Amino acid sequence: MDLFSFRKPKNELESLPDEQQNVPFVPDEMWVKCPKCNTMLLTTDLEENHRICTKCNHHFRMNARQRIEMIADKDSFCEHDGELESKNILNFPGYDRKLEKARAKGARESVVCGKCKIEGIDVVMCVMDSDFMMGSMGTVTGERITRAFEHATEKGLPVIVFTVSGGARMQEGILSLMQMAKTSAAVKRHSDAGLLYITVLTDPTTGGVTASFAMEGDIILAEPDTLVGFAGPRVIEQTIRQKLPKDFQTSEFVKEKGFIDAVVSRDDLKNTLVKLLKLHGYICEEGDRQ
Amino acid sequence: MTAYDKVMAARDANKLTSVDYISKMFGDSFIELHGDRRFADDKAIVAGLAMLFDTPVTVIGIEKGRNTKERIERNFGQAHPEGYRKALRLMKQAEKFHRPILCLVDTSGAYCGISAEERGQGQAIAENILEMSTLKTPILTILIGEGGSGGALALAVADEVWMLENAVYSVISPEGCASILWKDSSKAPQAAEALKLTAQDLFDLGVIERIIRQPKAEDQAMFESLKLLISRTFEKNLALSSDELVNARYERFRKIGVPAE
Repeated sequence: MDLFSFRKPKNELESLPDEQQNVPFVPDEMWVKCPKCNTMLLTTDLEENHRICTKCNHHFRMNARQRIEMIADKDSFCEHDGELESKNILNFPGYDRKLEKARAKGARESVVCGKCKIEGIDVVMCVMDSDFMMGSMGTVTGERITRAFEHATEKGLPVIVFTVSGGARMQEGILSLMQMAKTSAAVKRHSDAGLLYITVLTDPTTGGVTASFAMEGDIILAEPDTLVGFAGPRVIEQTIRQKLPKDFQTSEFVKEKGFIDAVVSRDDLKNTLVKLLKLHGYICEEGDRQ
Repeated sequence: MTAYDKVMAARDANKLTSVDYISKMFGDSFIELHGDRRFADDKAIVAGLAMLFDTPVTVIGIEKGRNTKERIERNFGQAHPEGYRKALRLMKQAEKFHRPILCLVDTSGAYCGISAEERGQGQAIAENILEMSTLKTPILTILIGEGGSGGALALAVADEVWMLENAVYSVISPEGCASILWKDSSKAPQAAEALKLTAQDLFDLGVIERIIRQPKAEDQAMFESLKLLISRTFEKNLALSSDELVNARYERFRKIGVPAE
């Protein structure tokens, strides 16, 4: 199956019946309000600006498809293991319906992995997707990421992972927890082979993903406006019974505390990744230059 | 016993804690070692060296404390990043001297507070998991009470993981699970059932290798047989080459949750 064939056609106006074409048509999704500065933004403007608010620079969330379009060279992304899909392995009550609902929104799994080129440089890329159960890590998430690292180790390729996750997927119980160990072991083998691993933390990166591969990159970048933490803010407030400081667990905060290398604006992200790849000796193969 | 009864048993304030197991199994031979050499000594983790018959071993346990005063001092067995970093320091030391490592796990989870986040709880757990996956010395983990999520896994990337018959090991507490999924923490018993967190469940799922009978404080013979079991497992793994040991550990986790194709 084509990875994105489930997406709606772009031009919905064409398919409208005649009588409706005469009345002003304002689809719900035409405008969005920036949660930070409250400006109303045209969806098309927002998309063109990599989903960054044109007024206050707030970074809106991006799904995996949008992320791949932004980072990978055109048509270069080739998905791996897309046929692996989550099942209700523990017969957890309500999980089947939850999976159906998540898939109805478009994404097939909480991570998309594959090979692509970035300005002609071959990389393995894993992109988590907040549209699918808030990027929670189940066994298939872990398996796809592990296979991506194993493939990269075998082929001598660098790995870039974009994280977004509410944590481990509790409907898969202990098996989801074990994915932290499985993925980390694959990261370690990739690292021991002398290969580069870059993580890009996007909003929100928490729980079992923070406590495994998100924090294991040789270089850890984060987007602005990103929540980064182990425990979620609500859990912490319940534990300590007090309000948290305003900037707590933001990407700027974790940089300040020494846990990430840099906060990089989305505008500058592809450029930064290419620079880092080149600094590690990964180059564009002849004939691939665009 | 229902799954939730097991959760309650695992949390029972009167059950034996890590320091009890250490004193019953290793007696006077145990020497406690402190500190992560970076920030502080986390009392939620008790660690040191001991003699297992005639083999020196590194022992690392999460300690909840046995009375109110101790529990406060031990932060109820909820470790901070410096606790996990102390554990990793001593695991690296064990690797250097080729000493087997015994981890005892009993925690509701890693501490969730401002101080823990500021000092990189996620990073500390991630680093333990990453490093343990290739540590070139045998590691055995026994869950002696609660195995709470990442805070437990940070000491459980081992060659074998065992559980006491009344221990539990879960990705989230049944109360947390019930309140997130069903907005009702009183449904914790149903969540406990659904999460498959008992020793028998985990054995059936291939996540642990052995279920251990619950020892009683006065029954020294049971601790002696537990020691024997531990010692045999270490002997078996000490006989392997470093590569064989590390590859077996990789495969142990690699096969968990591989979807049938």
